[in-house]
Amino acid sequence: MGYSFRTSPTAIFAALIALICLVCALFAPWIAPHNPFDLATLQLDNARLPPAWSVGGKSEYFLGTDDQGRDILSALMYGARISLAVGLASVVLSLLVGVSMGLLAGFLGGWIDGLLMRLCDVMLSFPAILVALLIAGVGRALFPNAHESLAFGVLIVSISLTGWVQYARTVRGSTMVERNKEYVQAARVTGVAPLRIMRKHVLPNVLGPVLVLATIQVATAIITEATLSFLGVGAPPTSPSLGTLIRVGNDYLFSGEWWITIFPGAMLVLIALSVNLLGDWLRDALNPRLR
Amino acid sequence: MSNATQPLVRATDLAKTFDVSAPWLNRVIERKPKMLLKAVNGVSFDIERGKTLALVGESGCGKSTVARLLVGLYEPTRGGFQFDGQDAHAAFKTAEGRKLRRRVQMVFQDPYASLNPRWTVGDIIAEPLREHEILSDTGAIDQRVGELLQSVGLSAQDRLKFPHQFSGGQRQRISIARALATQPEFLVCDEPTSALDVSVQAQVLNIMKDLQRKHGLTYLFISHNLAVVRHVSDQVGVMYLGGLVELADKHTLFDTPRHPYTRMLLEAIPKMHDTGKARTAVAGEVPNPLNPPTGCAFHPRCPHANARCSSEKPEMKNYTGVRVACHAVEEGRI
Amino acid sequence: MSLLQVKNLVVEFPSRKGTLRALDDVSFDIAPGEILGVVGESGAGKSLTGAAIIGLLEPPGRVGSGEILLEGQRIDNLPYAQMRAIRGRKIGAIFQDPLTSLNPLYSVGRQLIETITTHLPLNASQARARAIELLKDTGIPAAEQRIDHYPHQFSGGMRQRVVIALALAAEPKLIVADEPTTALDVSIQAQIITLLKTICKERGAAVMLITHDMGVIAETCDRVAVMYAGRVAEIGPVHDVINRPSHPYTAGLMACIPDMSQDRENLHQIDGAMPRLNAIPRGCAFNPRCTKTMDKCGQQRPNLVKAGNTQAACWLHETGGAA
Repeated sequence: MGYSFRTSPTAIFAALIALICLVCALFAPWIAPHNPFDLATLQLDNARLPPAWSVGGKSEYFLGTDDQGRDILSALMYGARISLAVGLASVVLSLLVGVSMGLLAGFLGGWIDGLLMRLCDVMLSFPAILVALLIAGVGRALFPNAHESLAFGVLIVSISLTGWVQYARTVRGSTMVERNKEYVQAARVTGVAPLRIMRKHVLPNVLGPVLVLATIQVATAIITEATLSFLGVGAPPTSPSLGTLIRVGNDYLFSGEWWITIFPGAMLVLIALSVNLLGDWLRDALNPRLR
Repeated sequence: MSNATQPLVRATDLAKTFDVSAPWLNRVIERKPKMLLKAVNGVSFDIERGKTLALVGESGCGKSTVARLLVGLYEPTRGGFQFDGQDAHAAFKTAEGRKLRRRVQMVFQDPYASLNPRWTVGDIIAEPLREHEILSDTGAIDQRVGELLQSVGLSAQDRLKFPHQFSGGQRQRISIARALATQPEFLVCDEPTSALDVSVQAQVLNIMKDLQRKHGLTYLFISHNLAVVRHVSDQVGVMYLGGLVELADKHTLFDTPRHPYTRMLLEAIPKMHDTGKARTAVAGEVPNPLNPPTGCAFHPRCPHANARCSSEKPEMKNYTGVRVACHAVEEGRI
Repeated sequence: MSLLQVKNLVVEFPSRKGTLRALDDVSFDIAPGEILGVVGESGAGKSLTGAAIIGLLEPPGRVGSGEILLEGQRIDNLPYAQMRAIRGRKIGAIFQDPLTSLNPLYSVGRQLIETITTHLPLNASQARARAIELLKDTGIPAAEQRIDHYPHQFSGGMRQRVVIALALAAEPKLIVADEPTTALDVSIQAQIITLLKTICKERGAAVMLITHDMGVIAETCDRVAVMYAGRVAEIGPVHDVINRPSHPYTAGLMACIPDMSQDRENLHQIDGAMPRLNAIPRGCAFNPRCTKTMDKCGQQRPNLVKAGNTQAACWLHETGGAA
């Protein structure tokens, strides 16, 4: 696998970009030039400044500022932080739910399998965004004065609920194949309990394709989060994600202050693209036939 | 309460039927009938301690199903078997029954699928030891695993490697080592050498025979290869479409086969040292087990079939130590 | 004149770690109408030899050097279109799994007729009549009705008969059969090898029968080639190779096959295993496992020399020198 990575320029490039974004996101509070969410440091007369290289720009606000005087570059880093965090968290949650369901359905079969698969079918018949909107909306209605972390919690749950089905199906298929293999039967002959067999024998063998799926799903989750935030039901405005930034900037697009929306948009594209490319490379690297 | 003269394994009227119908919804909408596959239909035999019973037959005869019934992978639809005097399937379900699992183990056919590719060989062999809490100290476990590996002709260091680093024959030896971990008395071997090359097969069969002598093991050996069966078995049972047609000790079966199917099978084997003797052509094919013939399952292909054969299913009858299920033999026609 | 001549064939697989020689200097002939068995264990290269002859080597495998001549004409270096014309018309193929050898979407008749019309100048109705005749010759009952059935409507043994009919459809001179009975039950196996033998003798087609089952070889073939690690270890008339083998590997192989006529306490075994392609020993490939080695065996690779009634690649039989 290492050989495949070293010889694939796309993989190296994508990994580099992803790494930069990750570093920005992780270390935002330390490397961002300003803290865009500290209301005390905002100066309204610095609002809507163009990027530093244009006429009227200031060097301390490298990519310009938005309508409230927030530095776009810093906002990008903080926004990337939120986008990545939400994306990763929702994928992890999807994984946990999806893999467990898939294992149970594939291993136990019978009516449990039927029930879980029908549940998947139902979930798949709804468009993902609609489900997320529904849950986010219901969440807000139930908890109108919610604390920020609850808002994030609802957001993560709504995104993960749209993604778990793929894992469940993939894992179920692989589990059904592995279940009939003789090493599983040998464990049964020895007297190992079914749950233990699922966990220790089958799970390690079905995780391969799931990993690839998860990598690609991170990109999807980030975009879904951006969409939800753009629609106003995602990240709260006090800690905006990239999607929120895009929405905010959208209003100013045609009045000439293009930087407020374009830069967050470009950042989103870069993150999603690099994660997707990495996922593609991983899938090909793990595919024994292509070696 | 084990009786020294009692057979170690006594199977009585073992039967297993599988429901292979289409899913319920399809059956309702398309009006498909419920389809039952009688994989094993009333098989009875004894295996004496320290001996090997071989079950032979072609595809669809049910020998693999019998193997899995005897290790508790399937529940019998009818009948059962006694292990050392106690009812095995009732025992398997109880907590006590776990002790029974120590005494009965299985070796599988496919060397590539019988070992978990993600586990080290040491973990694979140690699993029965840990499961049954025979040993808990890591050092003791490693030592025992090393001993087991050496007893099958591999090195103790191999316990740190993964299955893909071994050849087919070596993997089969690892399977045998795993099966012997709990010091079982009874080993069910489902075509253990069918996937191996001839020279490797010889190595594995020799090891199995040595281990049997050394530990006094009892084997149930499933195979479709009569030459291998001749080499390893003491008693041979021939199965056809879910039932036993002949059961005799090895020499009697190979020298004087009674049942027409046994005779046909022995004739059909390509022989290496024959000088081009002309063979009588063998008729027909194994029928679909979902739709078996009436009466004796073999009658459509049998040169000695009469009217009784197509209507009445023959019972296993004893003829001086040889058990045969055939009307023609009973009537003295052949 | 030989029908098929394989001269010093080398088949290689270029890989990241260097070029692996899967077949190393393999030579043998097949006379018209003869049945040659090619026997060996897994990894010996017997299926590859068949694939090279039919021209179906999977890339990156390729013929490195050597020649394959069919009726005196080279076929290993032909362009794709010309090889296609030969395949089917002069060489027929039978593979192991009858289930995947037939296209499940087309009726058996259609597949037969397609092969016939591609290679023979017959019109549709003549081709159909010929197809029915072929099915009858291969022992398929009610051929006139079954010609329009689909592969899944036949049982395993019947399907293999159809595959044999397909292989013989365009009257080839040579049939390459790769493990044709391995996937079948013993009783069906007997039927199929009897059929193969009679039908090929009737039509004067030579057969290259690749298998690991010595019993099948003993019953069917005229001559047999024993392969080991990509080389021919011994070749000769079948009963001589089986009963009086000259090469130590052949002798070991025959001894470890459990035999119906004998009762032995322990089977003879050959210690060790066939070497992997990237670890073939110097000199004779069998020398680490051989009980009769000399110094020369680990240095120089032996050529096929006359040894009794057969030819063996072994220094024990070099003219004038016995151990």
